Formats: sequence, structure tokens, C-alpha cells
Amino acid sequence: MYFLELDPLVTPSIGLLFWSTVAFLVLFFVLRKMAWKPILNSITEREQGIEDALSRADKLKADMSKMASENEALMQKAREERAVMIKEAKEASDKMIAEAKEKAKGEYDRIVGDAQQAISQQKNAALTEVKNQVGALVIEVSEKILRRELSNKEEQEKYIKELAQSVALN
Amino acid sequence: MRSSLKQLLTVAFGLFVVFFAIPTLAQNHSDTTAEQHKEVAHKSEGEFNVAETILEHIKDDYSWHLFGHTSVSLPVILYTDKGLDIFSSKNLLDEHHEPVVYNSKYSYKLFEGKLKVAKADGTLDEENTAKIWDFSITKNVASLFISVIILLVVFISVGKAYNKRGVTSAPKGLQSFIEPVIVFIRDGVAKPAIGSHYGKFMPFLLTIFFLILINNFLGLIPFMPGGANLSGNIAFTMILAVFVFIVVNFNGNKHYWQHIFWMPGMHWSMKLFLAPIELVGVFVKPISLMIRLFANITAGHVLVLSLICLIFIFKTAYASAIAVPFAVFISLIECLVAFLQAYIFTMLSAMYIGMATVEHHHEDHH
Repeated sequence: MYFLELDPLVTPSIGLLFWSTVAFLVLFFVLRKMAWKPILNSITEREQGIEDALSRADKLKADMSKMASENEALMQKAREERAVMIKEAKEASDKMIAEAKEKAKGEYDRIVGDAQQAISQQKNAALTEVKNQVGALVIEVSEKILRRELSNKEEQEKYIKELAQSVALN
Repeated sequence: MRSSLKQLLTVAFGLFVVFFAIPTLAQNHSDTTAEQHKEVAHKSEGEFNVAETILEHIKDDYSWHLFGHTSVSLPVILYTDKGLDIFSSKNLLDEHHEPVVYNSKYSYKLFEGKLKVAKADGTLDEENTAKIWDFSITKNVASLFISVIILLVVFISVGKAYNKRGVTSAPKGLQSFIEPVIVFIRDGVAKPAIGSHYGKFMPFLLTIFFLILINNFLGLIPFMPGGANLSGNIAFTMILAVFVFIVVNFNGNKHYWQHIFWMPGMHWSMKLFLAPIELVGVFVKPISLMIRLFANITAGHVLVLSLICLIFIFKTAYASAIAVPFAVFISLIECLVAFLQAYIFTMLSAMYIGMATVEHHHEDHH
């Protein structure tokens, strides 16, 4: 009999069973259409959007850093090329200067050689002429002396002195 | 796991704070109602019956007690072999709150709180009682309707807020209060328990979670629109368990049925031995859900009422110095239990669904 006293507590009543079923089904179908689907879809969509934005930002960041490193590499390469170019230019200019110097020296040597040659030629020519003139003079003087000698001895000597003096003057 | 525990605590605490004011009100109310009972008890029999008082508070009723001798009469709806019979429940009680015979298609009278058919001399007529089906809007049914209306208003407005405000703006107001709970159910319950195909079961899990939650809290409010012990009523928990049973078994895949009737990887004798056990398990799982929720909520109500009844057992107002703080303390714990039981019911439902729908790889499991 004690169990029967608790009876209402553990015996489900048909009315509440029926209304609970109705209420649950109404609640489930209405909320599924009007609440759960829009809410869950929106939340998922927002999360997806945030995720996408984050991954995009990450990708952008990676791209940026890649670009920065590429820039750095490019700069490095440019610097190296510049150094190479400067070096090459310097070498070329040095070479040009050296060549010019070499050429100038050759020219100089040639000019000097030519000049020396000309000088020595002219010297030789001059010497030859001097020799010829001296020879002619000697002949002339000898001729004059010989002529004077034939006339006067005193006069002869005086004349030789004169001649000698004139020669010296020449 | 850590983050989900944190979320759980956050939600529990939030709800805790929201309903903080209620236990205090509960005390005032319980005091007054209990005093009335005392008066009534003294007048009628001079004896205070604790068990009767407590049972009266937690069982279903045809009218909804407001305060003093005032109560809201609810419609009685009877389906009889002579057709529908609808009348107000105020016809069933006289001005002294004693059951009287009401004559309509049959002669109805309350016998220990249950509506039954009475004979001409006022005694129980078993034969005709079997012919009537009681679909009355009782206190619990009315409370159920109130909770359904609250849920519909709240969640449809939140759903509209999402449609209107779009997904790019942050949630606002009610939306921001509800969203973490929904996300918690999704990430803390559905995803780990069911797996990748959790989406299909989310509406069901969210509906049972919020329906249990709101009825647990309405049950803690001692006056209208609360006070009905709906989630502590076995009929209500039975229906929820039946829906879980239906969802689990209608979605169970062939691995689920194979594990029940012919457990793979076992000797044939073991298979024969396990099949009935597993078959019983199919029914025990929802039955355990039904009893767990019913027993937890009812026990909480019994505990609070018992503490208040201490005052009338000792017949001194000084007992309230002990009884009231204790009852407040228990009521606060009940707030936690209200959330916890809704969570556990949803969590276990999700796990049963997960077990029935998981894609097994036998080489991994056996």
C-alpha cells in the first residue's frame, strides 16, 4: 500500500505524455526551421569568415616576407653586380692607361730614335761638309801660299799669319 | 578539453547569477504556503504530515496555486466514450478545497488528486474510470506551454537577429547571451560525442537541452509561472527519453545493429550471450536518462521542501534560523543541478547518437 501512496510520482499520466509529445514536436520543428538553422548557419559562416580572413592574412604576411626577402636578394645581387662592374671598369681603365702609356712610350722612343738618327745624319752631313770645306780651304790656302811663296818670303810669312788669323776668325 | 570545461563553468556561473534572486523569493513563498498548511493542518486534523505536504508540492495538480487560498483554475479536458468533456477545474473543489462530485457526461471527482469517475454515493467507479482519457491542461502542462512559448519567443527572435544583422557584425543582447551556450553545445557536446556528422543532430540536441534547462529553472521558481515540477515529472522525462530512443535507433547504422545482435570479433557462444545484454542496453540507456532527470530534479525539490518543513516539525519559528539558510544553500546548488542535468541529458543523448552512428573500423577496435 505504501507504493500506492507514491503512485502519482512514478506513474506517468496520459495527459502529460500527450502534451509533452505535442509540445516537443512543435518546439523541435518550429525552432529547427526558425532558430537553430539560421543560428547555426550564421555561426558557422562567421567562423568560416574569420578563419578565411586569418588564413588570408597569414598568406599575405608570408607573401610580404617572401617579397621582402626577394627584394633583399635582388639588392644583394645588384650590389654584387655593381661591385663587379666597378672592378671591371677600373681594370679596363687601368689597362687603357697602361696601354696608352705603353704606346706613348713607344712613340716617344721612336721619335727620339728618329731624332737621334736625323741628328746623327745631319751631324755626319755637316762633318762631311766641314771636311770638304776644310779640304777646299786647305787647297785654297795652299794655293795662295804657294803663289805668295813664289814672290816674297817675308811677305809670304806675313800672309800665312794673316790667313791663319782669318781662318781662326772663321 | 580545458577550454570546454572553462566554457561550461562560464555558462553555469552566468546562469547561476541570473537566477540568484530566486532562492530568496522561494523562501518567502515557501514560508507563507507552509504556514497556511500549518493552519489547515491544525484546523483539520491537528497533525502536520510532512510526506503529504511535500508530495502535494511536487506532484501535478488540476489548478495552479498562486497565494493564500487563491489559485488559477485550469481547463479539464476528458476524452470519454461519450465524446469530449471540457470544464474548469474549479468545479472539482468546493470553497474549503475539498473534492466534490461534478456532473457532466460522467460524475467526476478527485480521488487523492487524480480525477476519476464517482458512483452516485461518491465512491470510486473503476469500470467507468477506465473509459475516460485525461488530457487536462494541468499545472505541469500549463508550465510546459509557458516554457515552450518562452523558448519560441526567445529563439525565434535570436534567429531573426542573425538573419537581420548578418554574420559580419558581432552578436548583441540576447543573441550574445545565447550564442556561447549554443557554441558550447556544439563544440563541447555534439562534436566530441558524435563526430564530423554532428550537424544533423544539432537541432535535436539544442531543443532538448534548452527545454530541460528552462523547465529546471522554472521548477525552481516557487510561484507562477514557475513552481510546477515538470522536469521532475516522470511523464515529461519519459517523452524526452522516448525521443532520444527514436533518434538513436532510427539513425543507428549497420555497425550499431551488428554490435547489438552479433558482436563482431567474439566466439559464437559469446555472441549469443552478449546479444540479449546489448538488446536490454538499447532500452536501458533512455530509461536511465528518464530516471536520472526525474530523480535529480524531484530530489532537489524534496530536499528544499524538507528543510522548510523542519520549521513545522519543531513547531517553532526559531527553527527557520537553521532551515532557511540551508534551504537557500540547497536552492543555489539546485541552480547548478538544473544546468548540470540539462547538460548531462544532452551529453548522454549525444553520446548514444554518436555510438549508434559512428563508422567502425574493426581492425582498430578489436
